Amino acid sequence: MRPFASLTRRSFAAVSIAALTLAAPAFAQDTIKIPNIIELSGAGATVGTNWKNGSSLAVEEINAAGGILGKKIELVFVDTASDPGKARAGIQRALDDKPIAIFGPIYSGSVSATLQMTNEAEVPQIIGGEAANLTAQGSKYIFRTSFGQNVSMPKIANYLRDGVKAKTIAVVYVNNDFGKGGRNSIMKELDSRGIKVVLDLSTEAGQADFAADVVKLKAANVDAVFVYTNEEESARFLIEAKKQGLNKPLIGETTLLGQKVIDLAKDAAEGVKGHVGLTVDADIPLVKAFAEKFRAKYNYASDHNGIKGYIAPYMIKAAAEKAGKLDAKAIAEALRGMTISPTTTPGILIEGTWDATGEIDRISFLAEVKGGKQVITQTLPKLKP
Amino acid sequence: MTDFFQLVIAGLATGAIYALAAVGFTLLWQASQTINFAQGEFVMLPAFFALIATSVLGVPFWIAVLIAITASMLLLGLTFKFAIVDPLIKHGPMPLVISTIAVAILLKDGIKEFYSAEAQPFPSLLPSTLIDVFGVKVSVAQIGVFFIAMAAIAALQHFLSSTRTGRQMQATAQNPTVARILGVPVERMILYTFLINAALAAVASVLISPVYFAKFTNGEPLGLAAFVAAIVGGFNQVRGAIAGGLVVGVIDNLAAGYLDRIGVASSYRQAVPLILLVLVILFRPQGLLGRKEERAV
Amino acid sequence: MTFDRFKIPALLLTVLVLIVLPLDLTSIGLPWRGLRSYGMLNLSRWLVIAIAAMGVNLIVGYAGQETLAQAAFFGIGAYLTALTTEAGLPWGIAFIAAGALTFVVGIVLGFPALRVQKHYLAFVTLAFTIFVWLVFRNEEWLTGGVSGIQGIRRPSLFGISLRPPLYFYWFTLSITAVLTFVMWWLIRSPWGRAFTALRENAIRAESLGVDVRTYKLLAFAIGSAYGGFAGALYAPLIGFIDPSPFALAPSLLFMLMVVVGGSGTLVGPFLGAAVAVLLPDWLEVANSNLPTWLAGWNPKSIAFIQHMLSYLLVYAIIVIVMMAFCPTGLVGLFKKLVTPTRRPHADDKGPTLGAGTPKAGEAS
Repeated sequence: MRPFASLTRRSFAAVSIAALTLAAPAFAQDTIKIPNIIELSGAGATVGTNWKNGSSLAVEEINAAGGILGKKIELVFVDTASDPGKARAGIQRALDDKPIAIFGPIYSGSVSATLQMTNEAEVPQIIGGEAANLTAQGSKYIFRTSFGQNVSMPKIANYLRDGVKAKTIAVVYVNNDFGKGGRNSIMKELDSRGIKVVLDLSTEAGQADFAADVVKLKAANVDAVFVYTNEEESARFLIEAKKQGLNKPLIGETTLLGQKVIDLAKDAAEGVKGHVGLTVDADIPLVKAFAEKFRAKYNYASDHNGIKGYIAPYMIKAAAEKAGKLDAKAIAEALRGMTISPTTTPGILIEGTWDATGEIDRISFLAEVKGGKQVITQTLPKLKP
Repeated sequence: MTDFFQLVIAGLATGAIYALAAVGFTLLWQASQTINFAQGEFVMLPAFFALIATSVLGVPFWIAVLIAITASMLLLGLTFKFAIVDPLIKHGPMPLVISTIAVAILLKDGIKEFYSAEAQPFPSLLPSTLIDVFGVKVSVAQIGVFFIAMAAIAALQHFLSSTRTGRQMQATAQNPTVARILGVPVERMILYTFLINAALAAVASVLISPVYFAKFTNGEPLGLAAFVAAIVGGFNQVRGAIAGGLVVGVIDNLAAGYLDRIGVASSYRQAVPLILLVLVILFRPQGLLGRKEERAV
Repeated sequence: MTFDRFKIPALLLTVLVLIVLPLDLTSIGLPWRGLRSYGMLNLSRWLVIAIAAMGVNLIVGYAGQETLAQAAFFGIGAYLTALTTEAGLPWGIAFIAAGALTFVVGIVLGFPALRVQKHYLAFVTLAFTIFVWLVFRNEEWLTGGVSGIQGIRRPSLFGISLRPPLYFYWFTLSITAVLTFVMWWLIRSPWGRAFTALRENAIRAESLGVDVRTYKLLAFAIGSAYGGFAGALYAPLIGFIDPSPFALAPSLLFMLMVVVGGSGTLVGPFLGAAVAVLLPDWLEVANSNLPTWLAGWNPKSIAFIQHMLSYLLVYAIIVIVMMAFCPTGLVGLFKKLVTPTRRPHADDKGPTLGAGTPKAGEAS
């Protein structure tokens, strides 16, 4: 009998320990937990880490200034491992605690996989995803922190038509949900403006060798090249383009002419132009101050995901104060159609307006890389000023 | 034709680095019959040693490189052998192979948590001056990378075949029992193997990081390419690894350049070296330059 | 041998615990409030992954081969299920089709690979996994490419929708039970005993008339089919699939699960899957609770400790330590703990050079 007795006792103990950890942790009432379900490992780890740092910085400031409606905020970070399946599990874990809001995910695929869950639970989900279709899926509870590709791509297409005066274009994109989504959006916009896409080049996330892609671009008869890859790939691409002497205008988004890319590609980034939605290089005192604080705390320059993460807690703060209570549904209600201005909420950095689908409207910039710096050449007004 | 040579030269430069990492696979395979799934991370890590050395100690870059190689030999050679391989190898190869998967996670996440999740610019030992050879643009750095990698492997080859210690290492790799009987200090020879692997990984790291940038996720694609190169070339031969590395590097670039000409999307470029791998396994299982496995199973 | 006699009651108890685990038992006086949606989702994920790991265990633990393709088969099953249920076919058909297709692909893939030396199946399956992953990513017309397939519906059973997490958990649990029983039967059958003979000594098995290659091939195909079955459950469980969980790294994790759990045992894959699915989660929760547990500490040191105990770091160290101290996996460790005196020749057979995986006694 002895082995059996010890066996059951042991397995009972094991099961109870397992069960205890599965059950909900009790938490104190004077702090409000906001879960961040973001990409902290896997392909999206860089993106998620920037968001984590940005949102942590904002929450520190908010708490130091007395919190939201008198309550302190505590951020909880859940890793999606850049896998939509795990993102769903993470969102479920967060929803079981009935939070006032959920931050993340940032990868559009993971947002797609989770937005119906927060919609059903009526919890506002502040996302980092930029894919065009996210706001078109009928959720009333997602809110963007940056332009969707449905907003940014028309601006780029206009710039290609009016600024670059291009008739033929090559598109280089990264084959992930971000790149593919952007590529699909820009194709549609270019088509409606009569600009022909002559070459459509898919590249891989993590790709190191762009020799073949640049060879193809050199052979293609195009007026300009639109590059839509993540920062490191953009930098590697620019270095190869310079090496092979690709002398065509290189046009892109934040991921082509951000400071991160310039730091990596050095002089190969010189002369690159494009449209940026969120940038730490904008000539706005609040943005500059944020960039300083971020660098001082984390010892590197934030990218646009750092800004996205930073404004998320301030969106909740402004909306909760408008609603007058810390309640998920009321906060979402308040955010819809809301304009948050830096005069009342400095942490929002740039005035933003959210519509009923969660799309954001704010000013953006045309910029180019000059002398190793991103220089803003023109400020584009809000779509609906 | 210019385009073709442009692609081949770029492929040779990348392939030379795959070869360095692939040599490591074959060395560890010979020493312990183990596949090291952390080999890619072994190449990712030393670049960070060099970065830490320059930023913390403020030493010139070439000294930082030497520090990186030394640190790599201590951590990825000595410590890896004594802390991970020795306690596990006595239980057979499988627990050790599984542990190397965990080691890969450990190194990757360690860099992410304690250094940075951001890609870091990494200085090059060589100038990026361009040379134009009949329209083909080649950088001095590219040529340098190729020759340094080849020189490192040639030196290893020479060491293995022409020195006493090298021959003892080879004897150990082929049959440790017989080697021991013949008075070869088998344990020390195995340790040397690990040290050499770590040093080669560090060299590969320093050579590739100016192109890849230093980033914690670099290990996965590098490890995979090196693994494929090792199998294609022949898992038990140093020169096989060279051939495998160069072939994989060149084929990958040519696939990217020409796949769409034959109606296949160039996003399938990764599949082409793998098709080669399968063909090699089916028709020449000992690898392009490998010899038949001599160890009795 | 006393150990064996109590297997059945222990098994029944485990099944009973698993059935009632999600339920609130406070009404019948037990101090257990049940699980919330997340707990049920997680347990379902654990079972689904365990099914696929059982397949790997058949290949690795019983037939002595190595496979790096289980995530690919898992993916084939998941995509097939998503597509067939989207087309309006019942889930049951998708489930059977997933098993059948992965079985056939297993035969086609294994046949040439098993002709060559040991380890080469591992290399061929590695290439296969990446190739399948590329197809998932690039054939947008079929798989939705990198954006994946959304809104995969859960099936109904006898008119009851399995949408609620509890019902789907019980559904998954019963499918798991059936597949586990089939595996048990398979291993106990004369056919299964041939496997064990094969693993112990392939050359001797061959001389006794076992057709080694056919057995290895069938083991590989059946093991792969378990990957397909698991995929058929995964798609409706998550409701969304994209290529990321079916890449090479998850395939390595399946190998890890089998070895860490205890290869060549029936329980091993379940323990291994728990290590791979549930443990990282618990470590992450524990890490996020550190500020609460260490309330009153200097926030800077809390942040530092949280950093040091990053869940992936702790996880990797646990796996390494586990491999060093119980190379026969958790089952092996468990046996050592409950068996007061060592039996002379089950657990501690020293590894023979190149003899494949170490083994944790007979099938339990």
